[in-house]
This record gives sequence, structure tokens and C-alpha cells, in this order.
Amino acid sequence: MIFSLAVYSAPYSSQASYSAYQFSLALLNQGHKLHRIFFYQDGVHNATNLAAPPQDEFNLQQSWQALAKQHNLDLVVCIAAGLRRGILDSGEANRYDKPSYNIAEEFTISGLGQLIEAAAVSDRLISFGN
Amino acid sequence: MQKKILLISRHAPYGNSTAREALDTALAASVYDQDISVLFMDDGIFQLLKNQHSQFINQKNIASTIPALSLYGIENIYAHQNSLTERAIGIEELILDDIKILSNDDVKILLTEQDHVLSF
Repeated sequence: MIFSLAVYSAPYSSQASYSAYQFSLALLNQGHKLHRIFFYQDGVHNATNLAAPPQDEFNLQQSWQALAKQHNLDLVVCIAAGLRRGILDSGEANRYDKPSYNIAEEFTISGLGQLIEAAAVSDRLISFGN
Repeated sequence: MQKKILLISRHAPYGNSTAREALDTALAASVYDQDISVLFMDDGIFQLLKNQHSQFINQKNIASTIPALSLYGIENIYAHQNSLTERAIGIEELILDDIKILSNDDVKILLTEQDHVLSF
């Protein structure tokens, strides 16, 4: 079965992002296809490379990156939600004349249409958070 | 492949960004040639009220965006009857005068018809 996930809540503040991560592991372990994980609303904070949680706590950002690398996942951050919350790639940082960008490797910034496209091609779209 | 996608908007228009970002999702969905419906229920009903004065909190008026849904080709726009009744809101107070009002049973049927539900 083809799955896509939508993540709407910030990491750490809410368990939703971690649940999405665990759900991803479970469905991949069962041999399903994960078409896309779309980060929207406060979920865009999953994509920052500036989070520095304590060493003895679970690092969700790094875990997303490792999982994406291992399974060649499509981790997409909504551009409009990201810009409003300070999640930028180098192109957007240039466009808005910002001193730096902070999107973590393995994440890409794209439009909200990617959420709808994910729904169109997936058998199941599972939402986390909000 | 065209799918039936229902977007449910359940939050009040201001106070947090959920209603605004739900509406953005609906507008984005309209260009993907999917069969989109939008249902306003619970506090989402408040988004439909006429005479919102959001300029006093430096926010865009969400009720001025809602009529754009039909301009973007989204014809199936619904409001939940019980949510209106619970909030003592009459149909004449709503920004869309042609909005379809659904009973609990109607909502149940609408949900079973969908391929995907996006709840905000």
C-alpha cells in the first residue's frame, strides 16, 4: 500500500512528530511504500538544522535525516508555512535577503500542492498533530 | 487519478493559524484537478460569519477569502447544522448564502464517500 504522512505539529512540544516518525518506521518495516512526508503548520520546525537537544534525549531531526537517507524518502516542507516561521533554504534566504538559511539536509521546500499530490497518489494519507 | 478529498475546518478564524492554513490548503487543492469538498463544523463555523473586523488584530479577514473557494472551482461547500445550532448562528448570518447545510447523518454519508479526509 502507498502511504503519505502529513505532520502538523512542532517537534518536542508535541509528540505528534515522533509518532509520525515511528509510524514511518512501522510501515516501511512492513514493506509498504512511503510516497512523501509533508510538513505543514508548526510541523515545518522538524526541518531546522539548528535544533540542539541535549545529548541524552532523542534527536528527531537527525532521525528523520537518517531515515530519509536509508529509504530515499521525500521530506517536503511547505514553503509558505516555512517562510512565516523562519524555515528557509538558500534560495529563499537569498530571495528575502536573509543572513542565513537553516533547512536540514534531506528536507526540501516546496508548495502546498505537494500535500494534495500526495493524497492523489497515495492509498492512505495519515495526519499527525494539530 | 482523481480522488475525492474532504477538507474539514473545525477551528475559529483567529487566535491560531489553523483556519487560515486550512483555507490555503483548500485553495491549493483546487488547482490539482481533484474532487474537493470543504466542510465547516464546530468552531470552524465562526469563519463563515459576516462582519468580521479582523483589521483590529492586524489579521486578514478570513471571510473575504472564503467566497474565493467557488471562484477556484470548489463547489461543494458545507456547514454542519448542529454546530450552527449550538452556537446560535443563523444561516442568514453566513457569508455564503448558497452554502449547503448538513445534518449529522449527511456528514456521516459525506465522510464515507471520501478517499481522503484532511482535518484542520
